[in-house]
Amino acid sequence: MNCQGVIHELSNFIDGELEEVLKRDLERHLAGCNECRLVVDQTKKTIEIFCCCEPVELPGEVRNRLHEALRRKLREAAQ
Amino acid sequence: MLCANFKTETLGAGVILIPRNPLSTPNPHRLPSTVAREDEHLLVAAAKSGNVAAFEELVGRYERKIFRLTMNITGNREDAEDAMQDAFLKSYSHLKDFQGDSRFYTWLVRIAANEALMRLRKRRPNQFSLDEPVAGEEDLLPRELQDWGPGPEQRFAQTEMREILSNVIEQLEPAYRMVFVLRDIEELSTEETASALGLSVPAVKSRLLRARLKLREKLNRYFQQGGAN
Repeated sequence: MNCQGVIHELSNFIDGELEEVLKRDLERHLAGCNECRLVVDQTKKTIEIFCCCEPVELPGEVRNRLHEALRRKLREAAQ
Repeated sequence: MLCANFKTETLGAGVILIPRNPLSTPNPHRLPSTVAREDEHLLVAAAKSGNVAAFEELVGRYERKIFRLTMNITGNREDAEDAMQDAFLKSYSHLKDFQGDSRFYTWLVRIAANEALMRLRKRRPNQFSLDEPVAGEEDLLPRELQDWGPGPEQRFAQTEMREILSNVIEQLEPAYRMVFVLRDIEELSTEETASALGLSVPAVKSRLLRARLKLREKLNRYFQQGGAN
């Protein structure tokens, strides 16, 4: 596998969806190609950073408006 | 001792807590974390049968995540708030249509993503397209490659890091941003993402790859050692 092949299969590799033969081929390439290793590691890191970023607490006024709207809706539904 | 606001119900081997009706507070109690997920379908069933408190519990559980989703898609706080609010109101109105063949959260994400998209479309009618931009294979090859060093995100304060992530995701074309948000941030499966956006599975995969590579390249500007910061 060459560098272009690694990029082409990058998502499948990261998501663990690559066939065993292709996976071994890709890993062999990574062992000898510093640039592709950087791309793979940094792409994994990119996903991890976005995925692990906890959502912020809802601002108080936003939560109040949301729950006020819900209560209105629920009252209407009950009538 | 169980909180007086909850009653117990038995399901199989486990005991879960269903909020008593009515419980109409702006900030409903959170269920203990040990029963945070397994009881979702019971809360949904209770909400469907008219238990208002059960629905409010679902809202309290997911409001932060849904607000993050609508912020990520619209990039505008006012639109994000409106989209979140309408998503919860619509989910309540259409609760009877929820068949339970996916997680409630996945169903809610689809509604919220749709609400957010409508607002994005309205705000930027000329720039907005969910069609994939024309790009060749050569576009995929990374142009900027520098070492990030260990734990690059730890070099930034949490608020600064949030701002960086919000900036870089906003720079992505909507066609890529939507797929990345649903698949990698909200952790929908490829099939669920495809179904939510009306795309084929190969289209989702292709856009996800481009989104990931583009975001890596944008973060590279912040993370490269001795770089932008």
